[in-house]
Amino acid sequence: MKVTGIKDNIKLRINKDRIFLSLVVLFSVITVSPIVLIIFKLIEKGYKQLSFSFLIEKTPDTLQAMSAISAHEVIPGGIANGILGTFLMVALAGVIAIPVGIISGVYLYENQGKLMANLVRNVSDILQGVPSIVLGLISYMWVVKHITHGFSALSGSVALSIMMLPMIVRSTEETLKMIPQTLKEAGLALGIPYWRVLFGILIPTGFSGLMTGILLAVSRVIGETAPLMLTALGSTVINTNISKPTSAIPLLIWEFYNDPNMVDLIWSSSLLLMIIVLTFNLVSKQVAAQRK
Amino acid sequence: MNTNILEIKDPILSIENLSVAYDKNVAVKDVSVGIKKNTVTAIMGPSGCGKSTLLRVLNRMHELYENIHTTGTVLLNGEDVFKMSPIKLRRRTGMVFQRPNPFPTMSIYDNVIAGYKLNGISQKKAERDEIVERSLRDVALWDEVKDSLTKKGTFLSGGQQQRLCIARALAFNPEIILLDEPTSALDPVATSKIEDLLITLKENYTIVMVTHNMSQAARISDYSLFMYLGELVEYGKTKNMFTNPQDRRTEEYLTGKFG
Amino acid sequence: MNSDKITKIVLFSVSFIILIVAGGMVFSLVGGAIPAFKTFGLGFITSTQWDPTDGHEVYGAMPFIAGTLITSFAALIISFPLSFATSLFLGEYYRNTFVAKILGTMVDLLAGIPSIVYGLWGFYVLRPFLIDIGFENQGFGVFTASLVLAIMIIPYATSLSNEIISMVPNDLKEAAYSLGATRYEVIMHVTVPAARSGIFAGYILAFGRALGETMAVTMLIGNSIKMPNGLFSTGNSMASVIANQFGEADGLKLSALISIGLLLFVITGIVNWIGKLIIKKMS
Repeated sequence: MKVTGIKDNIKLRINKDRIFLSLVVLFSVITVSPIVLIIFKLIEKGYKQLSFSFLIEKTPDTLQAMSAISAHEVIPGGIANGILGTFLMVALAGVIAIPVGIISGVYLYENQGKLMANLVRNVSDILQGVPSIVLGLISYMWVVKHITHGFSALSGSVALSIMMLPMIVRSTEETLKMIPQTLKEAGLALGIPYWRVLFGILIPTGFSGLMTGILLAVSRVIGETAPLMLTALGSTVINTNISKPTSAIPLLIWEFYNDPNMVDLIWSSSLLLMIIVLTFNLVSKQVAAQRK
Repeated sequence: MNTNILEIKDPILSIENLSVAYDKNVAVKDVSVGIKKNTVTAIMGPSGCGKSTLLRVLNRMHELYENIHTTGTVLLNGEDVFKMSPIKLRRRTGMVFQRPNPFPTMSIYDNVIAGYKLNGISQKKAERDEIVERSLRDVALWDEVKDSLTKKGTFLSGGQQQRLCIARALAFNPEIILLDEPTSALDPVATSKIEDLLITLKENYTIVMVTHNMSQAARISDYSLFMYLGELVEYGKTKNMFTNPQDRRTEEYLTGKFG
Repeated sequence: MNSDKITKIVLFSVSFIILIVAGGMVFSLVGGAIPAFKTFGLGFITSTQWDPTDGHEVYGAMPFIAGTLITSFAALIISFPLSFATSLFLGEYYRNTFVAKILGTMVDLLAGIPSIVYGLWGFYVLRPFLIDIGFENQGFGVFTASLVLAIMIIPYATSLSNEIISMVPNDLKEAAYSLGATRYEVIMHVTVPAARSGIFAGYILAFGRALGETMAVTMLIGNSIKMPNGLFSTGNSMASVIANQFGEADGLKLSALISIGLLLFVITGIVNWIGKLIIKKMS
């Protein structure tokens, strides 16, 4: 007793199947096309300005830029103040966030399922979702108002460090979870003190995992603009005093964008920023891939 | 012709010189065998012998994975399955898997009728109701679930789930039912219920079953196939094969020397 | 006291910093918001007035709340077909292939592009194109911001749903194939329903991302202080009004901006919490 009279159009169904696959491929290509378009645009418009002096000289003032434009010359100067400011603030943010993040990650790993650890984990997740501009406001209220009494590199770093912190906490915990429990037990069985087992055995074993997390966190904060507008403010001079206003590459891009005389510098600065961000991004992926 | 391989007259399914290779590893080597209508045929052999691969070629499920090549022919009621649309072929053959796998997002009712829904076949409600009731009665599940047809299939016990999956495969009234170790994830009680069910089902259907379990093959199959390293070593009536195996390898397998 | 105990105390106290930071954040935001709420009451949230002129200062957050919600929601809708297709590409059709690895890396890189670079690209590349096809307001507005925002949130929507789609058990899909379904039918009737809460959670988290984006939105939305009246009107978002108006702010205006920050914090918190809840329920 065969089922007869089944009415369906197999040809139509197969065509639908094919059309759907074509759409999936087409839309996927559209999805990733902006990355190609953006990078090409940056290279096309930015490579000319990129030179050694661009990296080591500070930004010109708007008059210098204007006279260079009217003389059809390349705008003099560079973005050294931004590059240095970015590295200063990100490094300082790392100094704050990395130890706290790693130790908290270890705490979460060591206290799986406990009430307090769950609370810390959930709060850390909430912090991860806080918009960066709000972190800028917070650091303004805390550091600018009460610690440095003015816009400062430190306040920028504090905002960035709160951004990095939850990413490092999470990657530390996830990395440690993947290390076999027996390793810890072996260490303890040898009579090695607890703290040495944690920081002398577990952390080095998971080192590349932690590195991946840290590099990724750094690559995320390097391009941040909004929180720095509220905290570091920007500066036309090279500054290494953490209690003084400081520039950063994204802040300079924002300034160039708002100054008609400086517009030509936007692309080279953005290209440089992208190179730095993507390098961190790809290196972190490489470190992660090597682990496997 | 290998004398250890029984010839079947008027087979419903006829496999001729079938070879299957993954990349360069040959999984099934030149198998020729006929399956008799309204019987239970068991495919046995140690793991990796190619028994699951053989079963999957019968409804062309192997084509879901790349780099698998087949040569030879398979005829279902005289029609070459490789020349059919796989959609039609799979509606004419039902398949049951190792683990019960009712669709978790569908109700019991929808699981039974899933074949029709997936194929976009529209019917009147009365027709659907009839198919669901008939299929569930066929697997002796109707009385247990008739009041909870709208519940999710995943709420049933493992054995019930597997019977639901058999009902799902029966809904199209397939000419042949392919089972891939259908009781390997079940407890002994559920297993024996499924075995009883298969014996009753062969009145209306033809059943081909891969099994790991020799005593199961002995209990319910009429014919048995023994495969080893991709080769069909022996094929015959189950009774004969278990009492008087022709090949040394079959004997060693049946006496537990390897497996 | 032995060293084990000290270690435990150190671990605990350092982790406690996270709680202090979060608690302090809420405390400071609420504290900073008090003057604005004291002056305008809950009407601050619903009012559409924004006038910083000395003497008759009036502040209301509604235009920015509306701007944020509309741009984020529109971005979500625009990104849906793209990220849905991408997660099927990565998690189903080309799972574990070289092409998928390349495409997946590119999607990840999308998440790495700084917001300000997206803004520049929107401003210098997308906007002229939109003007050419007849957009008003010099190509600025809610829709332009949503378009760029849509690209920015794709990686967040895709990464979770791609993972969940690739985790749908193979034997479920095989069962559907064995009944004669085509791949499209298997995806629509089996794979997507089985993965739907994960896909949904991914979009919620992406929405949470969109809510807080600042630079790209600021550079494209037009920054007009008014209720957006439609997709193609200019407007302002919560994050961008903070960025724009912060420079010259003190007193009541600063408090109003902090209040908007507090509201943004609460809204993104709720959205992210819902997303996390769905994820937790799944596992």
